[in-house]
Amino acid sequence: MRTTAARLSALYFILFALCAVLLVFYMTSLSASMLATQTMETINEEVQGLDRAYRRGGLPFLVRVVEQRSRQPGANLYLIADPNGRILTGNVESLEPGVLETEGRTETPFTYQRYGEGTIERRAPDVSELEAPPAATETRHAAIAVVSRLPNQMIVLVGRDLGEPERFRAVVQRALIFALSIMAVGGLLIWYFVGRRALKRIDSISDAGKRIMGGDLAGRLPVTGAGDEFDRLSENLNAMLTRIAGLNEGLKQVSDNIAHDLKTPLTRLRNRAEAALAGNPEADGYREALEATIAESDRLIKTFNAILMISRLEAGYSAEQLSKVDLATITRDVVELYEPAAEEVGVRLEAPHATGSFIVDGNRELIGQALSNIIDNAIKYSAGAVEPAVRVSVESNNGQISLKVADNGPGIPDQTDRDRATERFVRLEQSRSQPGSGLGLSLANAVMKLHAGRLELLAGSPGLTVVMTFPETRSG
Amino acid sequence: MKILVVEDDREAADYLEKAFAEAGHTAHVARDGETGFALADAGDYDVMVVDRMLPRRDGLSLIAGLRSRGNTTPVLILSALGEVDDRVTGLRAGGDDYLTKPYAFSELLARVEVLNRRASSKEAETVYRTGDLELDRLSHTVKRAGREITLQPREFRLLEYLMRHAGQVVTRTMLLENVWDYHFDPQTNVIDVHVSRLRGKIEKGFDSPILHTVRGAGYMLKAS
Repeated sequence: MRTTAARLSALYFILFALCAVLLVFYMTSLSASMLATQTMETINEEVQGLDRAYRRGGLPFLVRVVEQRSRQPGANLYLIADPNGRILTGNVESLEPGVLETEGRTETPFTYQRYGEGTIERRAPDVSELEAPPAATETRHAAIAVVSRLPNQMIVLVGRDLGEPERFRAVVQRALIFALSIMAVGGLLIWYFVGRRALKRIDSISDAGKRIMGGDLAGRLPVTGAGDEFDRLSENLNAMLTRIAGLNEGLKQVSDNIAHDLKTPLTRLRNRAEAALAGNPEADGYREALEATIAESDRLIKTFNAILMISRLEAGYSAEQLSKVDLATITRDVVELYEPAAEEVGVRLEAPHATGSFIVDGNRELIGQALSNIIDNAIKYSAGAVEPAVRVSVESNNGQISLKVADNGPGIPDQTDRDRATERFVRLEQSRSQPGSGLGLSLANAVMKLHAGRLELLAGSPGLTVVMTFPETRSG
Repeated sequence: MKILVVEDDREAADYLEKAFAEAGHTAHVARDGETGFALADAGDYDVMVVDRMLPRRDGLSLIAGLRSRGNTTPVLILSALGEVDDRVTGLRAGGDDYLTKPYAFSELLARVEVLNRRASSKEAETVYRTGDLELDRLSHTVKRAGREITLQPREFRLLEYLMRHAGQVVTRTMLLENVWDYHFDPQTNVIDVHVSRLRGKIEKGFDSPILHTVRGAGYMLKAS
């Protein structure tokens, strides 16, 4: 009983057997009661018939009718007895005692012996037929009867043999046994097919699962190609494994990147402290080294904060924090914030005055931060161009509001590189020389995802255009 | 300045106690929310530094409890959770400032000094004066040594904040928060450029520097 198949088969067998037995009992009892009703009706008709015969021709006619009917094959039981119970005529030789005394319908079946039956057979072994008990089993039958008294106190009994319902019962019993054995065979067959074949496949799936857990991460569950439920299960689990492997790969990459991006400044930090200890002993030298250390630590903290923030945004920052914000105001603020810094490096940062309403459901802080990251990048990368300029604009079309930051720097010519640029810690080759954590665009991307919008990097002419597209406001 | 530090991490609390002492302040440490509440309720502190997650009673409930008892001691909330909504909940519970771990002590110190309730009584003044520099909040005029200086609106707000906290270190993030109302770290030196522009206007043509850079921390407006 350890396998599901055996348990299932046994359970089904018991259930079906129970149902079958119940059904059979119900049908049998129904049929039996129908038969009994029918029997009683027949008897009642006979009684009425005999009654009519008696009224028409008196006792002699009745006796004649009874004798005539008794002789017919398969006849009912007829008996006419005197008031003392002595049998005058009929086809019954002996009766269970007491039957004749109770008038009306016999409540319970009684046994009787038919006239001319059994006596002959018993004559051979027994010397005295009178001593032979009339209750010899093979010749006694069960019957029900109606006993009535004639006006002259004569007793008339009309009965019907119960042999027919008994035969019926025997047939039902045989059918029941037959059905139950068929069911047992069926149960075994189910066990064989489900257990030996279907569950074997579940076993193979769980074996494969064990192998994968054991370290064979590239392993996949078997797919037979039958296209059945097991195949679908395996396919789905395989897809899940592939997805997990992908995420795992991503995580590994991220942790490699974190290790790299944090290890470098940490090493620098350590080297600087070491050099300060080993080198010039003047207070100024220490001071310089410590200040550099603090600046480096601050950068580390910033990187950490950015990592944490992206994780939290990606984990689903509560959308309840969104309120109606005006993108034009945010743009003005951030551009105003960056304008002096851009001028410092010779980049013209311009934002044409936007007319119209640019209200979106958003978080001012997050959008501001995302936009500042993008503008920061744009200033950094356009700085080397001839007449470097960064143009920030807000546009509204088809209900969507987009914030565009276009620079005229070198841009990212390759489409795949542009797509990769928003991934965490991805710093394209040409940007390695620039300072930064490689998290700015990923953060902007996470912010846009949170706003159900999207961040796109488009090739400008020249340069790069970063577009933040916000969906239509939910209401008004 | 008398500071109450409610922080359950022993090392962090010891470090804060020592660092505040070195900066010339007295710091008392409570290691759980209940003790912190009892100390704050009984003692007369200038500023409290409260960690958000504390044993026995969390930081926010501690602050709310103090506020409901009429205690108005400025509170800086320290938290490992660092998102805008956390900041908002923290400030709504009665906190006055919010700093996310990990933080630089210079940042914490600058913020605590600015929060100091005995020093920050300048809210009501209409004219700020630092040395020969004068800022009129009503007429929006700035004068140095009697000479009027024209400032952009943002520069005026920047100077206003610096002058309100004259003699105190003001960090870049504090400036971004209070002058621009944004709570993130700008990637590059955007604040520095704004400050140096302002410095150009209020120092150029005058004898002495007045807006000083505190290395590794921020800026300080101080008459020499």
